Amino acid sequence: MNFETVIGLEVHVELKTNSKIFSPAPAHFGAEPNSNTNVIDWGYPGVLPVMNKTALEFGMKAALALNCEISKDTHFDRKNYFYPDNPKAYQISQFDQPIGHDGWIEIEVEGKKKKIRIERVHLEEDAGKNMHGKGGYSYVDLNRQGTPLIEIVSEADMRSPEEAYAYLEALRSIIQFTEVSDVKMEEGSMRCDANISLRPYGQEEFGTKTELKNLNSMSFVKKGLAFEEKRQAKVLLSGGEIQQETRRFDETTNKTILMRVKEGSSDYRYFPEPDIPRFVIDDEWIARIKTTLPELPAARRTRYVQELGLPEYDAKVLTLTKEMSDFFEETLAAGADAKQASNWLMGEVSAYLNSEKLELTKTKLTPDNLAGMIQLIADGTISSKIAKKVFRELIENGGDAKEVVEAKGLVQLSDPAQLLPIINEILDNNQQSIEDFKNGKDRAVGFLVGQIMKATKGKANPAIVNKLLQEELAKR
Amino acid sequence: MEKLYDKTLEELHSLLVSKEITAADLTQATLDRIKETEPTVDSFITLVEEKALAQAKAIDEKGIAEDNVLAGIPIGIKDNIVTKGILTTAASKILSNFEPIYDATVMDKLYQADMIPVGKLNMDEFAMGGSTETSYFKKTKNAWDHTKVPGGSSGGSAAAVAAGQVPVSLGSDTGGSIRQPASFNGIVGMKPTYGRVSRFGLIAFASSLDQIGPMTRTVKDNALALEAISGFDEKDGTSSGISVPDFTEGMTGDVKGMKIALPKEYLGEGVQPGVKEAVLKAAETFKALGATVEEVSLPHSKYGVAVYYIIASSEASSNLQRFDGIRYGYRSENVKNLEDVYVNSRSEGFGTEVKRRIMLGTFSLSAGYYDAYFKKAGQVRTMIRQDFDKVFNEYDLIIGPASPTVAFGLGENINDPITMYMSDILTIPVNLAGLPGMSVPAGFSEGLPVGLQIIGKHFDEATMYKAAYAFEQATDFHKKMPVILGGDAE
Repeated sequence: MNFETVIGLEVHVELKTNSKIFSPAPAHFGAEPNSNTNVIDWGYPGVLPVMNKTALEFGMKAALALNCEISKDTHFDRKNYFYPDNPKAYQISQFDQPIGHDGWIEIEVEGKKKKIRIERVHLEEDAGKNMHGKGGYSYVDLNRQGTPLIEIVSEADMRSPEEAYAYLEALRSIIQFTEVSDVKMEEGSMRCDANISLRPYGQEEFGTKTELKNLNSMSFVKKGLAFEEKRQAKVLLSGGEIQQETRRFDETTNKTILMRVKEGSSDYRYFPEPDIPRFVIDDEWIARIKTTLPELPAARRTRYVQELGLPEYDAKVLTLTKEMSDFFEETLAAGADAKQASNWLMGEVSAYLNSEKLELTKTKLTPDNLAGMIQLIADGTISSKIAKKVFRELIENGGDAKEVVEAKGLVQLSDPAQLLPIINEILDNNQQSIEDFKNGKDRAVGFLVGQIMKATKGKANPAIVNKLLQEELAKR
Repeated sequence: MEKLYDKTLEELHSLLVSKEITAADLTQATLDRIKETEPTVDSFITLVEEKALAQAKAIDEKGIAEDNVLAGIPIGIKDNIVTKGILTTAASKILSNFEPIYDATVMDKLYQADMIPVGKLNMDEFAMGGSTETSYFKKTKNAWDHTKVPGGSSGGSAAAVAAGQVPVSLGSDTGGSIRQPASFNGIVGMKPTYGRVSRFGLIAFASSLDQIGPMTRTVKDNALALEAISGFDEKDGTSSGISVPDFTEGMTGDVKGMKIALPKEYLGEGVQPGVKEAVLKAAETFKALGATVEEVSLPHSKYGVAVYYIIASSEASSNLQRFDGIRYGYRSENVKNLEDVYVNSRSEGFGTEVKRRIMLGTFSLSAGYYDAYFKKAGQVRTMIRQDFDKVFNEYDLIIGPASPTVAFGLGENINDPITMYMSDILTIPVNLAGLPGMSVPAGFSEGLPVGLQIIGKHFDEATMYKAAYAFEQATDFHKKMPVILGGDAE
């Protein structure tokens, strides 16, 4: 029997507002535990939550970017439960009127495009962090308490771990472009829980699902789901039943391990938060937020492919972050060729950012100086090999490409009048190579070119060298 | 020095401005009076003598501003209002060691007005009660009869003012906790419109019902105090941006043409004859002053108590979850694991009535019961509010008794929760509708005070004060003060 895999994902995204969603404490992480907190975060007697309007608008922005309908009439609800990292013993969240609902995003897996529906996007506050330490004590750090979150719940539309991965990539990319979050799974600004079940093909009912937690990267999500898919199939094929379980992913073994069996759902006694008045969101407000949305990744990719003639792969890499995509477009605006700009950004620039662990905006490279450098290659002033040196200088120290080239004397040697004497000298000193060439050993050409490049300290224009060398060889 | 404890705010202000007394003198006299009368009244949980005297000295150095009637005036604060550096217990064991690190917004306003808090006043635990008998610490006595309850939950606040311990106190009212004790002690107590006064720093009982309000011996004093604590607070999302008027402006004594409604449901069965008589006499007084008083109906009044106990308990069950022994307050010692910390701290820290309401509220919100209880109560709440809207389309004010009875005996009702709950039947609907309500002295029955409740339109405390002032000036109830054992030399 063949099983169809059914996957749904719940993603939490931290909004990067200056202060917390319901208190004026800073929403950044202090190194010192409990340093970015105030009495409201502590759930002191007598305190009250106050809505951070930016968090609300960031939530709306994200929901709109995900093609959601915005709830015109919305409110917050209390989700009641006891836990040390939950100081009020209730979390302010949204239950029956999420800020956004009925959205979708498009994913592509192996060339096939598919729409994944988004059931809801809602706002809520994050809890603090428990740490289990020595001596049997647990420690509570409330710095994170009150950080604004949106929870994005997909419908169970994904049918493979690959689709789940593609969904997370697309989701992350869209949210990254709205600039409401850094969406970095490795930093915790994006978190994912996965639900997976199997059913025989053709069956309408969903099978029993298990919940996966502790999935700390997109690749672990894919691996965890892949393992779970196989595990559930094994159980079903051997005649067993899937138990409703919460399982955690173990990074060392790539397996999922039972955390706890789910005995029914918890009763959180949701009721409307009386301390925060209801919101009425009018069309004008929604329209205003819509104008702050940038052109989103999918639209940009389409434009890069169709209007700029770039390959799909290039378009995908360039639109992984808004910074990269904006930088690319500004580089074009400064006069650079699209493919060249793309190659440099995907290649040397990305390699540099990865090895130095820097953000593009934190380097000295600018769209202008990159475009300038590309132009110098295009008009033959420098070779692409030389350009790597120029690039290094620009990204580390900034400046103007032309000035750097002149200051370092990197101008490519293209003048035949200057090259011929050198070429001939090399030929004079390498009779054997000439013989080899005439005897059909093409490798000799490469050797000679190498010698010429060495003599010119790499500045000779390789194309011109090749041309002139061939001409001189023919004469001898 | 003549006795100061029966003077109005304006009289005290006059003495301070003319320098016949200093703020330090007044504070000292207040503290002395408190010490003399506490053995009988027992209204204070905490006194802050040193702090108050130091503050008074500083105010004397600064000088009493002539245009600030409240400067240098001592005040008592109900112990569910958070006071920085001063023990704040909500009359509960679970906060018996709690010293806050911040001040409630109303405290900021009082300090700004140069008022001098002298201590924290006794109350029912977490404001849950109608007699101040559920307090973990002590049972306050009614100022007029020391065998009777002072009412609740602001029993300490009411008794302290009635006994002349302080000229003004702050109480809080969720279902009648200012008005009923004011009525039992023969003083003026105002629960403002929901949103008029900031709740930031008021230890929450029922978030959609709680309000802080002043308690005084005269109507004018009450209006002056309310003005000082009112106003929009950005720390309270439910506080209103509506402007704060001069509440004393309409106090001319003239109420000609005012249209007053008297709901027939408010004088029904269960109201003591003496109380009914006082209220009917009050209606006549208003008529004699030129107002009209007509009978109306508020048909859904009878659902008020049920609706209130579901909504208030539900909100309270959630608000009191933060008392978990983890970050502040009482933590049980016999614990072996996390669950023990929660269960034992709360079981040992909370009193019986608080636990009763937490269970009631938790049940009303739980899966399978939410719709039938909490949601349904919310719908009936709207109907109760609509009853008031209809009446206020045609009338300026509503009057009735503040409580169906005069003060009952200590220990009489504490084991009968339902009877206890019913004493709030006349005050509860006002909180449910978010309207302002006040109690003014309206006479005596069996030697005990009777309070007249005046209910106004949203944010129309000014009209209430106007009518209350006229009534007060046409009667002499406000001039009477009880004799306190140990406190009155004569």
